[in-house]
Amino acid sequence: MLTKNIRNFAIITVLGFLVSACATGGKRSAEDWYTGSDTVKFLASGVPDRVFFATNKSSVHSAAKETLAKQAAYIKSSGISVVIEGHADERGTREYNLALGERRANAVRDYLMSQGVSGGKITVISYGKERPVNPESSRLAWSQNRRSVTIKAK
Amino acid sequence: MKKFIFFIFVILFSSKSFAVVTIDITRGNLEPLPTAISNFYIDNPEKFSEKMKALKLEENLPKVIKGNLMRSGLFYVLDNKSYIQQPKLSHLKPRFEDWRLIKAQIMVSGKLKIDEKNRLRVEFRLWDVVSAKEIEGLALFATPSSWRRIAHIISDKIYQRLTGEEGYFDTRIIYVAESGPKTQRIKKLAIMDQDGANNKFLTLGNELVLTPRFSPNGKMVTYMSYFKNLPRVYLLNIETGIQEVVGDFPGMTFAPRFSPDGKKVIMSFARDGNSDIYTMDIESRRVEQITSNPAIDTSPSFSPDGRFIVFNSDRSGFQQIYVMRSDGRGVKRISRGKGLYGTPVWSPRGDLIAFTKINKGKFYIGVMRTDGTGERLLTQNFYQEAPSWSPNGRVLIFYRETASGKKGQGASANLWAVDITGYNEVKIKTPTDASDPSWSGLLSK
Repeated sequence: MLTKNIRNFAIITVLGFLVSACATGGKRSAEDWYTGSDTVKFLASGVPDRVFFATNKSSVHSAAKETLAKQAAYIKSSGISVVIEGHADERGTREYNLALGERRANAVRDYLMSQGVSGGKITVISYGKERPVNPESSRLAWSQNRRSVTIKAK
Repeated sequence: MKKFIFFIFVILFSSKSFAVVTIDITRGNLEPLPTAISNFYIDNPEKFSEKMKALKLEENLPKVIKGNLMRSGLFYVLDNKSYIQQPKLSHLKPRFEDWRLIKAQIMVSGKLKIDEKNRLRVEFRLWDVVSAKEIEGLALFATPSSWRRIAHIISDKIYQRLTGEEGYFDTRIIYVAESGPKTQRIKKLAIMDQDGANNKFLTLGNELVLTPRFSPNGKMVTYMSYFKNLPRVYLLNIETGIQEVVGDFPGMTFAPRFSPDGKKVIMSFARDGNSDIYTMDIESRRVEQITSNPAIDTSPSFSPDGRFIVFNSDRSGFQQIYVMRSDGRGVKRISRGKGLYGTPVWSPRGDLIAFTKINKGKFYIGVMRTDGTGERLLTQNFYQEAPSWSPNGRVLIFYRETASGKKGQGASANLWAVDITGYNEVKIKTPTDASDPSWSGLLSK
């Protein structure tokens, strides 16, 4: 009886794992940042406009660094000024998320500057959880909403 | 406010007589007090204009009182179809047997009159049916248009007489009215009476506005606005409509609240990815930095005596609640349970701190003592945060959001209130979706 229960439990656990793996379609890293391209737009041809963050984190991971290197090269060659918007998902308190969005935008700013972009070309703004790109309440949507977006300054 | 209303309080009757009926609000009230609220009677109907008659104050004034008392969870107002005695006699010479028969323990009666100066005079009496005694009585004069405030003041008197604590009905709520899709939400400042009446929008929705909070005297509001895409803390004078930005900060300011004396705004200022807590003296414009830490420091709230500040910080690696002296020294972490803690706000009584807790994907509103002991979680939900205290420190108002589907369907944001006993969770009706509520002090104070 006991072994049967354990076996059932094991089957359910495996099934549960498969279901959750399918639901995310492998678009989130183990650290929970979005790795897909569904919401991504382009700052210029071949230059993605956004990078994604893990829950409550503002560190720029390796895939994001690749994107930001492209952004830096484009900003330097075109001479444009940019605004970096920092965003958070809806699973935090509003005021903390404003600070978190600001921290994310500045992490991106720091990285762009480390790639030779002049600080004078960059302004940052945090929207906290106020401007999600995906309105769904799901883990995938939240990972798409934890982002910074680089746009041309007007 | 003074332009619209004037009150002369006359205590008509001694309220010294001992009341048999009392309500203990320190524990969850599972048995609300059976209460009868008679319709009021009109003493001189010939003086009532057609317009005045159309207000049906004899029914509607008691109805507002009934709504207040019912929402408090402490009273159960009996259906007035069961009342035997007529309003006039109920007020002048109640037959307590009649009221005992329908199991009322207290009864409220009243009289309306237009006086020689054309003012509305409202007289009410509160009767202890059990001991067959009058226990409270009051006459109020006001311009007829402010009749709802009279109903709220009477409700406060009843609450106070029976609980021994000040009421919270003659108050207003400022909040953010929300509309539009989740990805492009339109947000306006809105203000309403505590019962949802007299709702007014204070901004047009052209820019995002967040987290409005009343000044202690209820005349000013501090809030955050994205005006011209520069997220900053603003001050708004509700009476004049004049708005101004708080201080001259080279970056985002947010999470504002007033100091208990109303002289300072305390808030966060974010620079280069780091948020610290600052105060600005409204008159002298002097800015003072209170915290200096590489972590996020936000959601500051003063203790009612102004000596301490409770705030939110992730200096431990995660969002937790800290208390420090008002000069920023003596920082101590007070939240100790599992999970994340945010939005601490000090009770106006000084004894408790309300907060939002996030644990295992659920959001809780709770209270703890100011040293972090005695944590009690009052409600659990998918998403809720930002509690604000009733002026008597007995009720918390907060907002709750529902989960949404693929296209954002099913998303909603609403105001809710809960007693600090954890009982009597009620939804506060608003004309649109609503968030970020802030409760004013008593208006007549």
